Amino acid sequence: MDVLVCVKRVPATGSEVPLTEDGREVDTRHLGFTIGPHEECAVEEAVRLVERHGGSVTVLTVGPPESAEQLRYALSLGADHAVLVETTDPDPDPQATATAITEAVATLSTPDLVIFGNESADAGNYQVAIRVAHALSLPIVSAVKAITIDPATNQARFQRDSPAGNETYEVDLPSAVAVKEGLNLPRYPSIKGRLRAKKTPIRTVNPELAPGGLRTLRFHSPPEATRETVILGRGPEAAPHVADLLTDLGLTILT
Amino acid sequence: MTNLPNSAKVVVIGAGIVGNSVSYHLAERGWRDILLLDKGPLPDPGGSTGHASNFIFPVDHSKELTALTLDSMAQYEKFGTLTTCGGIEVAREPARVEEFGRRMASATSWGVPAEIITPDRIAELVPYLDKNLLLSGFWTPSAAVVDPLRTGALMREHATALGALRIGAQTEVLGIETRAGRVSLVRTDKGDVETDTVVIACGVWSPRIARLAGASIPLTPAVHQMIDVGPIPELAATNTEIAFPIVRDMDTLMYERQSGADLEVGSYAHRPILHEPDDIPSIAASPLSPTQLPFTADDFDPQMQDALDLFPQVLATPGAGVRHAINGLLSLTPDGSPLLGETPEVAGLWSAAAVWIKEGPGVGRMVAQWMTEGHTEIDLHGADIARFYPHQRTSYHVRARASEGFNKTYGIVHPREQWSSNRGQRLSPFHQREVTLGAEFFEVGGWERPQWYESNRPLLDEYADRIADRQHEWDARWWSPISTAEHLAMRDRVAMIDLTAFAQFEFAGPGALDHVQNLAVAQLDRPVGRLVYTPLLGPAGGFRGDVTFVRLAHDRFRVVTGGADGARDRKWFTDNLPGDVTFADLTSSVCTVGLWGPRARDVLASVTDDDVTNEGFPFGTGRWITVAGVPVLALRLSYVGELGWELHAPFEQGLRLWDTLWEAGQPHGVVPAGIGVYGTTGRLEKGYRLMGAELDSEYDPVEADLALPKVKSQPFIGKEAYLEARARDRAAVLCTLTMDERRYPQGGEPILTPTGERITDAKGRPSYVTSAGAGPSVGAYLLMAYLPPRHAVEGEGLLVEYMGTRYPVTVARVGRRPLFDPADDRMKA
Repeated sequence: MDVLVCVKRVPATGSEVPLTEDGREVDTRHLGFTIGPHEECAVEEAVRLVERHGGSVTVLTVGPPESAEQLRYALSLGADHAVLVETTDPDPDPQATATAITEAVATLSTPDLVIFGNESADAGNYQVAIRVAHALSLPIVSAVKAITIDPATNQARFQRDSPAGNETYEVDLPSAVAVKEGLNLPRYPSIKGRLRAKKTPIRTVNPELAPGGLRTLRFHSPPEATRETVILGRGPEAAPHVADLLTDLGLTILT
Repeated sequence: MTNLPNSAKVVVIGAGIVGNSVSYHLAERGWRDILLLDKGPLPDPGGSTGHASNFIFPVDHSKELTALTLDSMAQYEKFGTLTTCGGIEVAREPARVEEFGRRMASATSWGVPAEIITPDRIAELVPYLDKNLLLSGFWTPSAAVVDPLRTGALMREHATALGALRIGAQTEVLGIETRAGRVSLVRTDKGDVETDTVVIACGVWSPRIARLAGASIPLTPAVHQMIDVGPIPELAATNTEIAFPIVRDMDTLMYERQSGADLEVGSYAHRPILHEPDDIPSIAASPLSPTQLPFTADDFDPQMQDALDLFPQVLATPGAGVRHAINGLLSLTPDGSPLLGETPEVAGLWSAAAVWIKEGPGVGRMVAQWMTEGHTEIDLHGADIARFYPHQRTSYHVRARASEGFNKTYGIVHPREQWSSNRGQRLSPFHQREVTLGAEFFEVGGWERPQWYESNRPLLDEYADRIADRQHEWDARWWSPISTAEHLAMRDRVAMIDLTAFAQFEFAGPGALDHVQNLAVAQLDRPVGRLVYTPLLGPAGGFRGDVTFVRLAHDRFRVVTGGADGARDRKWFTDNLPGDVTFADLTSSVCTVGLWGPRARDVLASVTDDDVTNEGFPFGTGRWITVAGVPVLALRLSYVGELGWELHAPFEQGLRLWDTLWEAGQPHGVVPAGIGVYGTTGRLEKGYRLMGAELDSEYDPVEADLALPKVKSQPFIGKEAYLEARARDRAAVLCTLTMDERRYPQGGEPILTPTGERITDAKGRPSYVTSAGAGPSVGAYLLMAYLPPRHAVEGEGLLVEYMGTRYPVTVARVGRRPLFDPADDRMKA
């Protein structure tokens, strides 16, 4: 099966996100770039599906030429092909991004499965996957935490958590899916994978893009969280309080 | 600590390995009321200590760095944070095999056990590498890994238990205030602290913190890339942090070490990636830590291939991936050495920066000793932050040299190798003439100095029978036989030598005599016009400098010192300058040409009306003369042992002076001569000592055989120790040796007994070559070395180890008596 994974180049930040002086952008001068955790799982899942069922993984991104770095990262994890949809707008909105992906997919052989991260790690608009699926007339399930493929029936089974338990969907392929961190434990890039990624050609397409309808006015940093030190106790007397705290935080397993 | 104290005896900024060590050793030396601050949290505040690879290879060509490393290893060992695993530097190229011969020499000199081993033996020690790529290995069994964070925590604990240390973590320094040139207060986000002493141990942030006080710490943050690859079952099976020796793959400028189940791969091969201290992200804005910047994979790709070639199995283990990859920040300086000591700009502001994990504890101990006693037991002239001239402290210079130096980290660097970046900063007035004469320029203190002149190439024919060619490329690198020819022409006729790189200062005023007397061993209360060469001692009686004083008037002294030492000497001269003494730095306003050789008087007499006869202008005196209208301070002395003068002139009239002498010299066969003659061949034949080579703080004037017949009654720095040194038998004495075969050691090599044993003196100091060079007029290749009395016997045969071979040498002179013209008849002619 052929799997397409869509990833986005996003700044790798710490707990504090630096902003430009006008507040319109993240100040990335001293930041590295990465793909989000959902997308790491998306790439991993694609590679595993192809390992199991055969086929190939194509990774695609929409962004500036530097996004090749993220494509090579995905290649080093095991993706086979890479497509860079180059944009002049450094940060196209979800509508423009979705249009770009849709147009690029049209130039590829039709994938059996298109995997997205559930939402981008920076903007978090939750739109691109659904817009692309809609444009391509593909079914889509979002927030997915498990995927199984039945080649016999050419169906996929998507599972996601819900407050009451979990939900399972069966869809016919081809399909789209938006996945969440926890779907799997992504591998680290191997040395050989990295060396192979370096040599893999990246196909670049330059679509004409109409701007979408979403504009960023400005960002505001949240007020600095005030930290307070609470002493839970000293010596053995502290133990029950610590246990209570861990329970409150959901870190204990009650048997 | 919730509240900072209002005042402290000393504030140490930076709680990495260096700041912790400084605090600990200050406490050990009796300091109390020490305040240690860091912007980050403990135990890992986010600096380079937290991500370093933490391995230590003890052998370095530099005596100073090896001594700091060995001291640090002893301290890590004491704290139980050192794991000995051994280390192998491996050679892929023949040039590296040869370099290992030189590393063996350094290992022997500095007393570190080491061995050259075969690829088979390498593979026995590290079974998971491909020995077929390798030619040989340099095996250091004592190489180790350490835990600097744990060490720092133990140091803090100890100092706290002594009641000496308070700690303010997560405290940002916002300002350092000064009063009358001295530190007075540290401002932080948690309040102000009054103090008159601050130590900056802030690693890559040090320049930024120093700037708060108006001082400079000339380093730049630079990237060193590291990755961890794992899990690797062979490594995991050892169930320990490190069970195999560390490998330094020298020719690819990389290292690989086990780190638990991973192989850590680090590189000094990628392009230099420099950062600005102000641009380092805050702790909150950093995904990992401020000094673990995002990995730039493209820079590392070629090294991945190199690593995979050497470790083909383990690095290709299925399931093993790059689990951690960083652009780690470290500190680079213009010359690769640390930045230690009190800053020249601000009194009480100390730097302990640009220090590697392998030197951290030793640096802390030395800086604490320096702060307490005014000297260090390990000579630190090469690490003294005061060594830089103003232009060398600029970011422009730091970045240029750091960029050039980065890839030399594992490089093969010739001892005479010159920098290529940021040259041409300081040019003497004679520079254009020198360029025309085909000068090969070497740099000292930023000055361009001719080392030899291609225009003298025809002299090679004239002296063909007396010039030994150097067959081995290494011996001849950064060297020319022309130097030898220039030397011989000077001894036969007369030479002009550009000495403008001298640093020159003047002291004047009612207190001038007392001030200079206090600095110098020699009696300076001499008649006006007398020249006095004198050692300058530190408080413990070791060499701090050696200079020439000229008394220009009853209350005015000129002092002339070497271009390499001028910046350090300037700080030494101006520290504690009394109110009734004025100090002037004349370095940039005076140029100097040395005119030496048997015909020097004839040349000078033809261009001046002043009396330059031996009677009218005796040796050891100086006076003002006029040469073609140029007022010249002529000093009759010589570092090359010839009749002649240093001629000091106003900078803007230098060219006129040069041209006048040049023209007048033509009938006398004048040649331009380079520093190869002045600093090496001429000097060594005369047994003259060089600061930083023979003279350093670990040796005293008695050992250097520079003690004077009488001790002056006036006090001077180091006098007590000097008197003690005179009263006891010296542990070693500086000797001149001759090579018995045609090989050419370059300096630093060990002197061995005839049976090949290492020689150390009663103080534990090794015998090694302090200077080496040709003696064309004595027909021998000369070495200087300190020898203990049992070996300091003229005619005694010893060995020198050079490039893996031991060559016979003969002790030719014990003490200062020169091989050439021992009665100084030529100088006094």
